[in-house]
Amino acid sequence: METTIAQIQVIPLQYYILFCSALFSIGVIGVLAKRNALVIFMSVELMLNSANLLLTAFSAYRNDPAGQIFVFFIMVVAAAEVAIGLALLVVVYRSTKTIDINALNRLKW
Amino acid sequence: MLSQYLFFFLSFVAIVSALMVLLSKKPIHSVLYLTLTFFTLAGHYILLNAQFLAVVHIIVYAGAIMVLFLFTVMLLNLNIEGEFQKSHIMKIVAAIGGGMIFLVLIGTLKSFDVATVGTPELTQIGLVKNLGKTLYSDYLLPFELSSILFLSAMVGAVMLGKKDKN
Repeated sequence: METTIAQIQVIPLQYYILFCSALFSIGVIGVLAKRNALVIFMSVELMLNSANLLLTAFSAYRNDPAGQIFVFFIMVVAAAEVAIGLALLVVVYRSTKTIDINALNRLKW
Repeated sequence: MLSQYLFFFLSFVAIVSALMVLLSKKPIHSVLYLTLTFFTLAGHYILLNAQFLAVVHIIVYAGAIMVLFLFTVMLLNLNIEGEFQKSHIMKIVAAIGGGMIFLVLIGTLKSFDVATVGTPELTQIGLVKNLGKTLYSDYLLPFELSSILFLSAMVGAVMLGKKDKN
């Protein structure tokens, strides 16, 4: 047990910050570069997950359960968001026969 | 040492599969790579001794959200290859923008010295028993409100998915 504690301490919190920033940036690139609405949804999920992991890492290193509770609530909201978002996507597909995000630019006016 | 190797392995797989979500042409491949990313993130949660979150993550994301995505891909027959692509200039601009965000985040957080109190191995807060106690005492009201949110989301999804009669 003591040896495992010493081993775990080796991972600095900075590594988690680096990893989660990379994952978040990949999500941002996906939202900016893709035109398929489904893939944009997936990129949003990636961003949510990177934030979740960083919250959990901080909560574990700071010994504070509030972070993990927030991650739980973020998961709840993400599940509801995906259900509504995909239902909207089905409606859009029914009316325009495509999920190209550029087909929705008429919503601008 | 093992946990550090595990951390690097999981991070590498997560980053590569996240990139493959964007790079694969067919949406169904993107969904499958996203599932792989979610499983590596569950491994990260276990590494942080957050077992409750790891289990919930697998159930919610790999169990529910991925099934929703796959159903949408299959029902709408969206598995078309490269039907619509943004121009190369737009893709390069998006990559530069995302890279800038990455650099800004790293540059800001690099010098950020975090005072770590506990270690993931020592903390017992991630276990189901302790997290459940906190959830049902301090956060009871948000927990109950989230059930209302779920109910309204379900009603909304059914309303949207219903076919118009006229």
